[in-house]
Amino acid sequence: MHPKQKFEAMLGPYRVLDLTDEKGLLCGKILGDLGADVIKAEKPGGDPARRIGPFYHDEVDPEKSLFWWAYNTNKRGITIDIETPGGRELFKRLVKTADLVIESFPPGRMDSLGLGYTVLEQINPGIILVSITPFGQTGPYRDYKASDIVAWAMGGIMYVNGDADRPPVRVSHHSQAFLHAGGEAASGAMMALYHREITGEGQHVDVSIQEAVVPPTYMLLGGWDMMRVNQQRGTRATSIGLDIRLLWPCKDGYVLWFYWGGPPYNQRYIPPFIRWLDSEGMADDFLKGFDWSTFEWANVSQEVLDRIQIPPARFFSNHTKAQLLEGARERGIVLYPVSTTEDLLGNPQLAAREFWVPLAHPELGITVTYPGAFARISEAPAAVFRRAPLIGEHNRHVYEQELGLSRQEMMTMKRAGVI
Amino acid sequence: MSKRPLDGIRIVDFGWFLVAPITTKVLADCGAQVIKIETTKRVDILRTLGPFKDGVQGLNRSFLFNQWMTGKLGITLNLAKPRGIAVVKRLIARSDIVVENFAAGVMAKMGLAYEDLTKIKPDIIMLSTCMQGQTGPYSTHPGTGNTLTALAGLQHIAGWPDREPVSPAGNGPYTDYIAPHFCIPALVAALLYRSRTGKGQYLDVSQYETAVHFMAPLVLDNVVNHRVAGRTGNRTASAAPHNAYRCRGEDRWCVIAVSSDEEWQAFCKVVGNAAWTGDPKFSTLAGRKEHEDALDSLVEQWTMRHAPEEVMVMMQAAGVGAGVVQSAEDLLDHDPQLRHRRFFRRLHNGEVGEHRVHGPSFALSKSPWELAAAPVMGEHNEHVLKEIAGMSDEEIAELVVEGVIE
Repeated sequence: MHPKQKFEAMLGPYRVLDLTDEKGLLCGKILGDLGADVIKAEKPGGDPARRIGPFYHDEVDPEKSLFWWAYNTNKRGITIDIETPGGRELFKRLVKTADLVIESFPPGRMDSLGLGYTVLEQINPGIILVSITPFGQTGPYRDYKASDIVAWAMGGIMYVNGDADRPPVRVSHHSQAFLHAGGEAASGAMMALYHREITGEGQHVDVSIQEAVVPPTYMLLGGWDMMRVNQQRGTRATSIGLDIRLLWPCKDGYVLWFYWGGPPYNQRYIPPFIRWLDSEGMADDFLKGFDWSTFEWANVSQEVLDRIQIPPARFFSNHTKAQLLEGARERGIVLYPVSTTEDLLGNPQLAAREFWVPLAHPELGITVTYPGAFARISEAPAAVFRRAPLIGEHNRHVYEQELGLSRQEMMTMKRAGVI
Repeated sequence: MSKRPLDGIRIVDFGWFLVAPITTKVLADCGAQVIKIETTKRVDILRTLGPFKDGVQGLNRSFLFNQWMTGKLGITLNLAKPRGIAVVKRLIARSDIVVENFAAGVMAKMGLAYEDLTKIKPDIIMLSTCMQGQTGPYSTHPGTGNTLTALAGLQHIAGWPDREPVSPAGNGPYTDYIAPHFCIPALVAALLYRSRTGKGQYLDVSQYETAVHFMAPLVLDNVVNHRVAGRTGNRTASAAPHNAYRCRGEDRWCVIAVSSDEEWQAFCKVVGNAAWTGDPKFSTLAGRKEHEDALDSLVEQWTMRHAPEEVMVMMQAAGVGAGVVQSAEDLLDHDPQLRHRRFFRRLHNGEVGEHRVHGPSFALSKSPWELAAAPVMGEHNEHVLKEIAGMSDEEIAELVVEGVIE
């Protein structure tokens, strides 16, 4: 918990032992941002997730992984090798004073190490074990490997992503699937924690990464369950066969804007947009005279649609994303930039909300801008206050000061590779 | 039914398409009593957006409504009338949590801002989750989950390097599925805090800000390296082969991800140690990345001869990550793992009959979630007003006559 907090954080009384790799890091981050004492436990030498790029100044170094930095804020860091007998005993001691253990080992690994839920429950009857795996703890796919692309494919969301004339496509870079799973794990963890407050009993929370990517499939399941239709991929196809442009090139990228399929929306949002075009001499008579009360996808032809899409295309190409966003705000128009990361950092709303927080990296002698608290909370604020831990950074704190190990014991364990 | 975690918690839900309904659905599935406030004057888009059962439009026939309204109580109130507001305040006085995702200012206009609600119930927990937050120059800027997905940077990084971005989620409102991951834990944390201290809270969750957390490593990359992340299709720096490969059949695909030299050896065995796999240029990750076009083409020549299920089973048996690019039909009708997990449940609603929806992605060993059918419009008017708001038959009749209860 942040030493400078003058209030009690919402999850202040709770301690989390976070053994996850990339598949579950977000869970501990959410709990830590809400004030829990999250201890990131890694193998000596560091967790494999520290090898995930991009890296600070492109230096491939376990202390410079930006992925690691992003999803381990607020956590304290210890090293422990639970594959060793000494490590297992040490872990059991830690479990005694923990409320939650989060892990993402293959199903059965914790059991085979003698650290499964039934064992942990003996040590600490209220312990909550949160397990995050590709397909769940049991079942025909329990031993299947799932990197992001596999989870994305098996969860149904990849099927409808991309262009009709190309393969189905994932979201680039780090895993979205693992973030959804981490989020679901945080929800499940909190449900178990609340249940324990009422009943005193802990339990095992079993999270499936495959299932976690199913909700974003949006209408996909309904298409099949209710209409025996498998939604297909293709960015500009609509169910009634019209090619409606959604993305428009502009001076420095793309914006998202569209004619919607029915009167109320168009009557509200299109006239101010046309006035804007007109103020720059970009609206032709056909567009200015168009009756939006009659426009419906069901009865508009592709020719007409193509014609009314010409002036917006010219207009957008004359402006930058930032100009268009600000103009949209002034006029109440549904128009948005397809932001790059640079756009995010320059966004006026995030700045006004003071969303960004500077975190110190004393090991590098720098301060880095991070995404801040995910909520503004009145009584017990969420906060992002500390950068991700270095490998074993809090070993002394946790093992010596809190667990009471002597310096000698620590050194013995270190030599034996236990920590 | 065994005890569910949030049994005894009551929530008044003003939410509509989509973040708040998703949030309160999970709470309802986990035992909370969620009262959804609806009005016939402005029907929730959840009810009016297809797909509909058998393609027939109807307020109780939409998949999205049936999926995200499980287990909730539905009442129809006219909030334009002062007595409608009075009824809602009466419910709030008997509730633990209020959830809403209107644009900033809407609740205040109805006299239902947090400051108003604490007068009725001092320890109320209120969550407001609009697109860009309750404050700031864009707090009332109109938009949807689709537009937010673009604003939050998630669209720019989806698709092919030589083409314009694609929607990350088949044109769905992708960011609507991110914010609940933050809202749900925060609400339960607020309940725990209240147990400890007796105090409620106001939570202002900007969907935009939660979405930026899903972009965080790339944001940091811009901060420290001044790099702007682009689109890389299905390729990734740390694995090859890593792509979706066409298989036997009509538009059928399997993904394969080879993430280590060990997996590469296993992969080669699965494809029968075909001559090309022994080519030295493919023996290291660096080599496979350098010649990735040729590699992908060779892999696909092999996958084209097999059904995607065969590819997945053979690869996984050898310890290589692979998965069928599943359609809705695959998920609902064929996937044995989802069946084993009982992820989908069959529910029954008077109008559409039997239909399938799913629960949360977490299974709780001692206090499992349960699904119950979504409410038809106004289904629980009498129950809620009588049993929960404690109103008499006469009061209710008056409100019906006045058009407060629709």
